[in-house]
Amino acid sequence: MTVREGLLHFVLLGILVLLFFVVSDYHDGNWARIMVLAVYAVGYNLLFGYTGLLSLGHALFFATGMYGLALPIQHLGFAPVPAFLSALVCAAVVSSAVGFLALRTSGVAFMIVTLMFAQAGFLLSLYAGRYTRGDEGFVIPQSARIIAGIDFSDPTIRYFAAFFVFAAAYLLIAWLIRTPFGKCLVAIRENEDRARMLGYDVHFHKLVAVILSGTVSGAAGAAYAFLFGYAGATFASVQYSILPLLWVLLGGAGTTIGPLIGTAFAFYLIDFSSDLTTAHLLVVGLAIVLLTLFAPLGLAGEVRKRIVGWLP
Amino acid sequence: MDFGPHLFLAILEGAVTAAVISLTAVGLSLVFGIMRVVNVAHGEFFMLGAVVAWWIATSIGIHPALGFTAALIIAPIAVGAIAALSDRLVLSRLEYDPERTIVATIGLLYVFQQATLMTFGPDARPVEPPFNHRLAIPWIEISESGLNLTWPWGLATTSYKLFVIGAACIIVAALWVFLQRTRFGLIMRATQLDREMATAFGIPVRRVYSVVFALGAALAALGAVLIVPVQQAHYLMGGDPLLLSFIAVIIGGLGSLPGTILAGVIIGMSDGIISVFFSPTLAKILATLLVALVLIFRPQGLLGRAP
Repeated sequence: MTVREGLLHFVLLGILVLLFFVVSDYHDGNWARIMVLAVYAVGYNLLFGYTGLLSLGHALFFATGMYGLALPIQHLGFAPVPAFLSALVCAAVVSSAVGFLALRTSGVAFMIVTLMFAQAGFLLSLYAGRYTRGDEGFVIPQSARIIAGIDFSDPTIRYFAAFFVFAAAYLLIAWLIRTPFGKCLVAIRENEDRARMLGYDVHFHKLVAVILSGTVSGAAGAAYAFLFGYAGATFASVQYSILPLLWVLLGGAGTTIGPLIGTAFAFYLIDFSSDLTTAHLLVVGLAIVLLTLFAPLGLAGEVRKRIVGWLP
Repeated sequence: MDFGPHLFLAILEGAVTAAVISLTAVGLSLVFGIMRVVNVAHGEFFMLGAVVAWWIATSIGIHPALGFTAALIIAPIAVGAIAALSDRLVLSRLEYDPERTIVATIGLLYVFQQATLMTFGPDARPVEPPFNHRLAIPWIEISESGLNLTWPWGLATTSYKLFVIGAACIIVAALWVFLQRTRFGLIMRATQLDREMATAFGIPVRRVYSVVFALGAALAALGAVLIVPVQQAHYLMGGDPLLLSFIAVIIGGLGSLPGTILAGVIIGMSDGIISVFFSPTLAKILATLLVALVLIFRPQGLLGRAP
């Protein structure tokens, strides 16, 4: 990692800390949500942006993390920390299984297979309605959201918990893509056959990328359930597989700062359009179409192409 | 009701679903086979067909049969025009790149769905069937005194449902003749076989693609117009046909029309039968997993040729 890259990461995270003291309480709440969802986008970006695998089924991993934390708390009386670990383990196991099966296909078939697995997961969360309460979902009581006397439903604590999770995921990926392993992922994205010919184990690298991406997405789901106290089947639906794709496309696939920019942009775009119309997903649809047509590189991607060539 | 009549009823209901799914899936298969585009917005073309049919039927409103006939003609044309327009404005500009078109059609899905929500509203609205006679079905029962003809209570269908099955068969047959026997069908098949060679022979590939995309959407709309008197029009109704026709196209072998039709029939029938006897959610879970596994272990589908 070069000095200017380190500086960029430091400044970005510094801005997020300062933001808490600058903006109003309402926007603090929004930014806590944006940062947790950006973790999801960061996880998605590793697979889509850096490895070049387009998954349409990441909601499965997000929801696995969410239920992996919420169900043990709700039904088995787990404490938050073991519940969070259980979420990570569940997400890692599910993403290993999906990766193992889905990576036997490629291209369009990979998208459909991941979509189908996610759809099966979504239907399963409806089918197991006795425990998950289906679409309606369930609330994690405030009493279960306290670690060592610190109440995580408090807005200030929540903001910095979200910041901590985001910083951890962000720095993990920023570090990973500078390691030889991460560079091999980019090589696979650019030219899979050439990477294979150079002697890299392409399948193994892709599998690890799926597992890492799925686990980070699962961590986002667990953090979301814990910090906002709710788990529901909506988060397993197709829409939540499409959203990270939109965020990463908006922000810039294959850039470290893209996921956060894209998530924040989309969040405020939807927030703004919800005031105008109930059909706010129309804005999502139009944004996707216009992006694929006119800015396939996304905001940070265009900046990298035109102005700052070194942007990681 | 006994098991026998109950199963027969389930098969009849399944046949109606099968007819509609086959039509919708053939549209999806045509687009994938010729254009190599996975059209995620296909279910929304289905939904638009139903909504346009409702709109035509209510605005004509002299006699249900008149409104329905008008809908049967106008709705597919209108939906086809919308599809051709989206092909020109979006897909052709992406050069039909497989991955980018998937993302773009996801966007189109939301645009169509939400635009319908804004104009048509969130309510489910019925269309009156042109004719609807209740037909009781006799059942042969084996008893000690030999074979008896009985009329079990509840074993019945409507003339309209039989019409749906018949109409779907006729449309699929007509499409088959169109593809195999007409000049335009030949052009479409040539484009499917080798796009570059077709261009070299002076076939306007872009225009063919627009027509194919419109035709695929029109088939979905036709299926929707047929089913809307049974099912009601709703802005979210595109999800299930999309999923089921996806399954049909994949199981039948990507791009193989006979395979798609066969798979559409099997999937529609089993969806109807399983939903009657088991939980519909469980049926869908098994179906989606089946698709994923077929794609992984037999990517050419059941009737597709090995690559």
